[in-house]
Amino acid sequence: MGEASAVTMAAPPWQRWRSLAEAGLPFAALIVMLAVIIDIRPAVFSYFGFTLLFKLTTPLILAALGQMLIIMLGDIDLSNGSFVGLVTCITALFLTDNPGLAVAAYVALVLAYAAFGLLIHLRALPSIVVTLGMSFIWLGAAVMLLPAPGGLAPGWLSGFMDWRPPLLPLPIWAAIVVALAGHLVITRSSYGTILRGTGDNPRATARAGWSVVAIRVAVYAAAGGLGVLAGLTLTGLTTSGDANIAPAYTLIGVSAVILGGGSFTGGIVSPVGTVAGALVLSLAGSLLSFLQVSPTWQVGAQGGILFLILAGRVLLREVPQ
Amino acid sequence: MSTVRIGPLLPPWSYGFIVAFALWIVTISATGPSRAGGTLVATVAFAAFSVLVGTGQMLVIASGPGNIDLSIPSVMTLAAYLAMSAMHESDGLVFLGLAVALGVGVVAGALNYAAIALLRLPPIIATLAWSFVFQSFAIDFGGEATLKPPPVLAASTTFRAAGIPILPGAVVVLTLIVMVVLRRTVFGRSLLAAGQSERAAYLAGVEVGWVRLWAYALCGGLGALAGYLLAGFTGGAALNMGDIYLMESIAVVVLGGTSVAGGDANAIGIWGAALFFNLLGIMLNTFRFQAGVRLFLTGVLIIAIVALVPHARARA
Repeated sequence: MGEASAVTMAAPPWQRWRSLAEAGLPFAALIVMLAVIIDIRPAVFSYFGFTLLFKLTTPLILAALGQMLIIMLGDIDLSNGSFVGLVTCITALFLTDNPGLAVAAYVALVLAYAAFGLLIHLRALPSIVVTLGMSFIWLGAAVMLLPAPGGLAPGWLSGFMDWRPPLLPLPIWAAIVVALAGHLVITRSSYGTILRGTGDNPRATARAGWSVVAIRVAVYAAAGGLGVLAGLTLTGLTTSGDANIAPAYTLIGVSAVILGGGSFTGGIVSPVGTVAGALVLSLAGSLLSFLQVSPTWQVGAQGGILFLILAGRVLLREVPQ
Repeated sequence: MSTVRIGPLLPPWSYGFIVAFALWIVTISATGPSRAGGTLVATVAFAAFSVLVGTGQMLVIASGPGNIDLSIPSVMTLAAYLAMSAMHESDGLVFLGLAVALGVGVVAGALNYAAIALLRLPPIIATLAWSFVFQSFAIDFGGEATLKPPPVLAASTTFRAAGIPILPGAVVVLTLIVMVVLRRTVFGRSLLAAGQSERAAYLAGVEVGWVRLWAYALCGGLGALAGYLLAGFTGGAALNMGDIYLMESIAVVVLGGTSVAGGDANAIGIWGAALFFNLLGIMLNTFRFQAGVRLFLTGVLIIAIVALVPHARARA
């Protein structure tokens, strides 16, 4: 597989330590950010404080994992954010009064994702352009359904998102469960190895007897499924639908995958790292507010945080030649 | 993967022009022939801006696989804000404003490449992170206010000589220059060589780093120029003036026949795709379609064109 695992398998111990440190980078960033926030406002360090702090992370994590699956194949998904927006519109409009229709729409959306994956594969199209077109399609469909933000999430959905589970707040449980599931499926299972292998070297997977078409279609469908879950949880939090609620998810998701140790070359992704990356990026905004950075500079400071963490990775990585 | 299945009867870049022409016919068949000229002039005027940013994006995309500039909208806004503040709506200072805008753009482009080269970041991430920083600077300089252009700048963007709008005419000339540069100059050949194979280009003596630095700097400069002129054209620099060009700049480049795998640029095709994009908007407005339908059809047509146009492809 890719360079990362090659390093861990056959490298001297100090290199192994380096790649471990590299993988730990988003977690280190997360802990530092939390420490700063808690230092400024100790009250955050409580069940209730963490509930508020991490409130909006669940949909972002799910969307970022969808993005991760696509990046795993060496592709990129520019439609992720507008897809989540479309799902919030469908959920807020139909799920309460006409759940059958809503579920049918979700299934159709997942199938559409799979179909676009098939198209990309069969015609050997650049995913960046096809998903760009898809983003217009999702946004257009969402605006047709719901020209202005509105609708209402079903009570059970918003109720679930408000649920206070024991020990840890819901968003943290969700992050742990999702990261663990991703780790088991993508990093540990033999199927995960095939999937990552396909991103790294599709020909090798095909020679080994796997259908690369089927894998691509299945992975796109799974990414669509994660997008549906992201939209559902987001609607539960905001209680309404909005076509333009999540366009930022696309690029934040891509950044989370890369922060988490992923690479655009395909085959190198980390579900746990991606979850940590998404948490870092969504905490960045809160951190900057706690530091009383003026709203003007908050956007720029988020860029600075991205540079800072990724520069750390460069420092840890061995210098070639 | 690169086998052409359908014999390419027409060059890939011509499809944008064909679709644009079809949309124009549909539009004027609804509005009547008297509006044909007006529709065309309006389309060309807006398309000129898409071509400016698209040409910059094309240089970056052609410089190698994975290279892309997501900071174009924020560079446009920042350059326009700084130029408008430098000019204070004074006609005598338009060239100062132009110099400020171009300077901002070139520096922004160089910063983009510096982050890519020094921090070894993927271009998507590096240019995205810079775009956040540029956005903050733009908010700091202009805030939510619309900064007005000097009257001369506003007038010159719509000025016509002998019935021909000057601005789109100048952009056509720019396209021709870029075509010649790509085909005949050392820089152009080096850029495409670097895009096709970094290693081969390096072994052939091409300074790949410098060539890419120039591609990003030129992209920033062209984006800034577009921002400067757009502020004149639309009556002022505003915070979200560049937003639509984030995706549009990529779409017009690829629909114009440039390969996202790098090493293969097509400047003239950008015009076809830009005309198509802007005509689609005008046509659907003419038929009073709501915004959702317009977006939906834009997406369908982007995918249809990319899927149907036969050319050698590689995955992004």
